[in-house]
Formats: sequence, structure tokens, C-alpha cells
Amino acid sequence: MSATQAASDDVLIARIAQGDRLAMQVLYGRHHVRVFRFGLRLVRDERVAEDLISEVFLDVWRQAGKFEGRSAVSTWLLAITRFKALSALRRRKDVELDDEAANAIEDSSDDPEVAVQKKDTSAALRKCLTALTPEHREIVDLVYYHEQSVEEVAEIVGIPENTVKTRLFYARKKLAELLKAAGIERGWP
Amino acid sequence: MMAASKKMLDQEPSGIEMLLPWHAAGTLNARDARRVDEALARDPELARQYAVIREEYAETIDLNESLGAPSARAMAKLFAAIDGEPARKPRASLNISARIASFFARLSPRTLAWSASLGAVVLLLQAGIIGAVLVKNQTASYQTASLNTNEPITRALGPEAPPRALVRFAPEARIAEITALLDNYQASVVDGAKGGMFRLQFGDRAMSKDEFAGLMSKLQSERIVSLAVATP
Repeated sequence: MSATQAASDDVLIARIAQGDRLAMQVLYGRHHVRVFRFGLRLVRDERVAEDLISEVFLDVWRQAGKFEGRSAVSTWLLAITRFKALSALRRRKDVELDDEAANAIEDSSDDPEVAVQKKDTSAALRKCLTALTPEHREIVDLVYYHEQSVEEVAEIVGIPENTVKTRLFYARKKLAELLKAAGIERGWP
Repeated sequence: MMAASKKMLDQEPSGIEMLLPWHAAGTLNARDARRVDEALARDPELARQYAVIREEYAETIDLNESLGAPSARAMAKLFAAIDGEPARKPRASLNISARIASFFARLSPRTLAWSASLGAVVLLLQAGIIGAVLVKNQTASYQTASLNTNEPITRALGPEAPPRALVRFAPEARIAEITALLDNYQASVVDGAKGGMFRLQFGDRAMSKDEFAGLMSKLQSERIVSLAVATP
């Protein structure tokens, strides 16, 4: 995100704090897709993810006056999303911690082995990204897709910066192991 | 030198090695990015790992982009909920920094430049007038409380209202610097930008003459302040 957009987001939040509905629409239009995708990767249910973004932006509407601008608005949104997603997961006991079942529901693409047989390494890599644990998946998404810095990830996840770095390193190592098990060698590790 | 990548996996990864994903995403600061670039140039093993990371990076983006977007239901639900919220009374004092940023953002660079030039002229005129008023007041208003027995006895240690000043910011001053300055001085803009000048109010209490003089002296020495003069 550019510095200009970040400053503009701050202005929108200030207007939202004054009750400006149009500013809310602009902020929503700017961020809702990324919020949805981050939430969906965490809860793995489109309907729940849609409910999630309504809750996230409603929180923004209510809390805008307390936003102090210490972090980027996008970082704040992702932190709220993560908190709401974890709460939703705790409520949905039937799917909580059942990653294998969730994988089967969410992803109908080929298994990594089958994808390799089809010489589609990209598909295998995507499949393995989906098979990571929620902890590893979230950190990979935050760094690669949501372009969050070390400091911002630390703030969103609530862990020290050094833990952010090592957690991503081991997420990548796990990804390499999954790919290797599927017959894909990439030269690292 | 392959020290960074030789540590891989069997030992703790090196600091540079752990920064590679952020380098791929372009979110490192300039200093760290330069350190990583230098390490990549001299360490082929590290460069190989970086190529793998770039592949992961691209596939993660593809995967997320394939997730689609939420339906209109989410937005409808949100704004229905907002409509159900209690009406909010606008508060003028809320987030002054954002209001200042919004104000400056609406001005074009040319407008700002003209305002600054015009402000210099207006400032000289205003400074003259203010100076004349102060001199006049000093000679005419000295009196003791005991002279007037009909009025309650009071002591005027300084201006009753919070002190104010007219300030012109340097043309190269950035919005973030101005808002930081306002925060540092607990100042708010009460009027502006007429002729490029802003009327600032400091704090929410009166100050003694010495206290205000010290504040003005400090303000005038700020890099982003071209001119500052006390005003009623």
C-alpha cells in the first residue's frame, strides 16, 4: 500500500469517527476483498467469512474514534479480522481444529501427487499452501499476500518480531517437506 | 561466502535468511533491503533459496486471488447494522491531525506556494499592527488592584485565555511534520490558512508571559516554522 493511500485511509477513519457514512463506503470498497480473503483462509467457510467482514467493518464504525494511527489502517483491519475469525472458529466447535476435513471441503483440486503426475507443480504448490497449519497459513498470507512488514505481522498476530521471522521460516520449511512428499524437489532445503 | 545459507535447517537460520520473504514482498526498509541484496550477490545458496521464495510468493498471491470476493449480502448486512446504530453527534475536536491532513490534501502545490508568498507579506503587516498594539497597551494599562475599590481584587498573571500565535510553515514542510509539531505543542488550528498563516492555540489554559515567551522562542526555532508571532 502506498503512503498516499495510508494517509487517505487515516482521513477516512477520522470522517467515519464523525459518523460519515460515505467515508465508510469508500473504506469498505477499498479493503473488503482483502479482509474477506484473509478471513476466508482462516475460517474456511464463505458464509462465515462474509459475516465476518460485516462484523469487522461494524467494529471500525464503532471504534473509529479510538483509532490513534499508530499502525496502518490495513494492519488494524487485519488484526480485527483475525480476532473475529478466531472467535468464530471457537463458536463453530464442529469444524474447530479439524483441518483435514476442512481441506476436503474447501479444495476440490487434485492432491499434490496427482498434480505432479499432471506436471502441474503450481497446482501442487497451491495445494500444499492450503495444507499448512492455520498458524503457518496465516503468516504466509500476511507476508506474501497482504504485504505486512515484520512489525505489522507481530502486531496482528500478537507475537514478538523474532518469532514472526522464525515462524515464517518454519512454515516455509514445512511447505518444502509437503512438496517433497509429493515428489517435488525445488533445490531448497 | 556462504555462511548465511550453510546454517540452514540443521541450525538456526541466519538473520539475513529470515528476511528473504519480506525482501521478495518488497516490505523491508532500505537498510535491510540493501543488506539482503549484498548477501544475495555473494552467496549462491542464498540466491537459490530466494528463487524458491519468489515462487512461493507468486503462488500465494495466485491462491488468494482465486478466492473471489464476497457477495453484496455482506455490504447490505453491514449498512443495515450501521443504520441501526445510535446517531453520532459530530465532535469538532476529534482527531485534529486527520483534519489538518485533510485540509492540506485539498490544496494544490501551486495554491500552497502562493499562500506562503502572500502570507509573508500579510505577516509583516500583522506583525507591525500587533507590535503597535502591544506597545500601546503596555504604556496605558499599568495599574494596581488597590486603586479601584469598586472592583473585586484580582491578579492578572497572563492572558486569561489560552495563548495564540500566527504561524507560517516553511513551504517544504510535510503534513506529517506539521501534525507532529501540533501534537508536540498541544496546539490546535483555530483559524487558517488566510494568506498562508495559521492561527494556533496552545493548550487549554492560560500561560504566564515568561512561559509563553519561552514557547514562542522554541516555536520560532523549529525547522518547519518560517515565522511565528504572538496574537490575541
